[in-house]
Amino acid sequence: MRVILVTGGNGGLGLAIGRWFLEKDPECRVWLGVRSSRERAEALSAEFSDRCRLVTLEVTDRSAWESAVEEIVESDGRIDVLVNNAGVHRDALLATMTDEDWSSVISSNLDSVFYGCRAVIRTMMGQRFGRIVNIASLSAVLPPVGQTNYAAAKSGVVTLSRTLAKEVARAGITVNSILPGYIETEALSDMDDAAAKQAKAGIPMRRFGRPEEVAAAVGFLACQDAGYITGSALKIDGGIF
Amino acid sequence: MAEGAELRTQIKEMMIDELMLDFEASEIEDKTPIFGAEGLGLDSVDALQLVVAIEKHFGLKIGDAEKAKNVLQSVETVATEIEAKA
Repeated sequence: MRVILVTGGNGGLGLAIGRWFLEKDPECRVWLGVRSSRERAEALSAEFSDRCRLVTLEVTDRSAWESAVEEIVESDGRIDVLVNNAGVHRDALLATMTDEDWSSVISSNLDSVFYGCRAVIRTMMGQRFGRIVNIASLSAVLPPVGQTNYAAAKSGVVTLSRTLAKEVARAGITVNSILPGYIETEALSDMDDAAAKQAKAGIPMRRFGRPEEVAAAVGFLACQDAGYITGSALKIDGGIF
Repeated sequence: MAEGAELRTQIKEMMIDELMLDFEASEIEDKTPIFGAEGLGLDSVDALQLVVAIEKHFGLKIGDAEKAKNVLQSVETVATEIEAKA
């Protein structure tokens, strides 16, 4: 049985990633890492019964990571795939950005990935197998105005992934990052129609991506056949570059 | 738990397998340095993998960097530590 942990399990992207695994791999168990909001994750779990479970996980808390991984390994004996998907953005121009805007975004997007990778790495090394997929952002390489915090964190995720990939390559563990562009999730919900129209005009495919399209890429990087792909940063952005 | 020459051979075979080394067990002397160009040439990345593998195969936990430095000098020092814990 392949054991998979997806953080941000109550969000649109996390749910799509979880569903992708559950639908494509009947032998897997998906653990959705959630905080206080968990209604949508509970609905997915109910749909797939015992194959999809929830685990309480505040990703900025290192001890929460240790507890969550311990719970999973005690239950299933292993952990094959970690998808670090949780994250937030709090956009502001740097001149007006508060310390809290900065530190909370760095913590939830970058510290969380560090804690998560560290929490699973020894188990994966012992297995001589692991797949880590870190969800970064197109902002890591094409940073928009107002995202100094978010872009810095996400480019940190890309570099962390590339470095860790080298450290654990011989242990059968791959570490890759994915850089989604505009994806139809709650992250775009505060964008009004005019802004959405303008954004689509800048995308060669003239549309936003679907969460399922990101999930499919995560699924591929997590599979056995992707064993020689590590340290990569895959853009999923409809052709923006 | 094996000991003596058998244990040392098991450690060498474990190292070759876990670290994907291009050696035969018979080519590794018990006191060959694990790290550095004059020995097997392994590095800090291998050391971490070795720590995990030793715990998995022989039940020996190496909890900190200082202990790792002492234990992971050669097959002989690894074997001595495993035998001491047996």
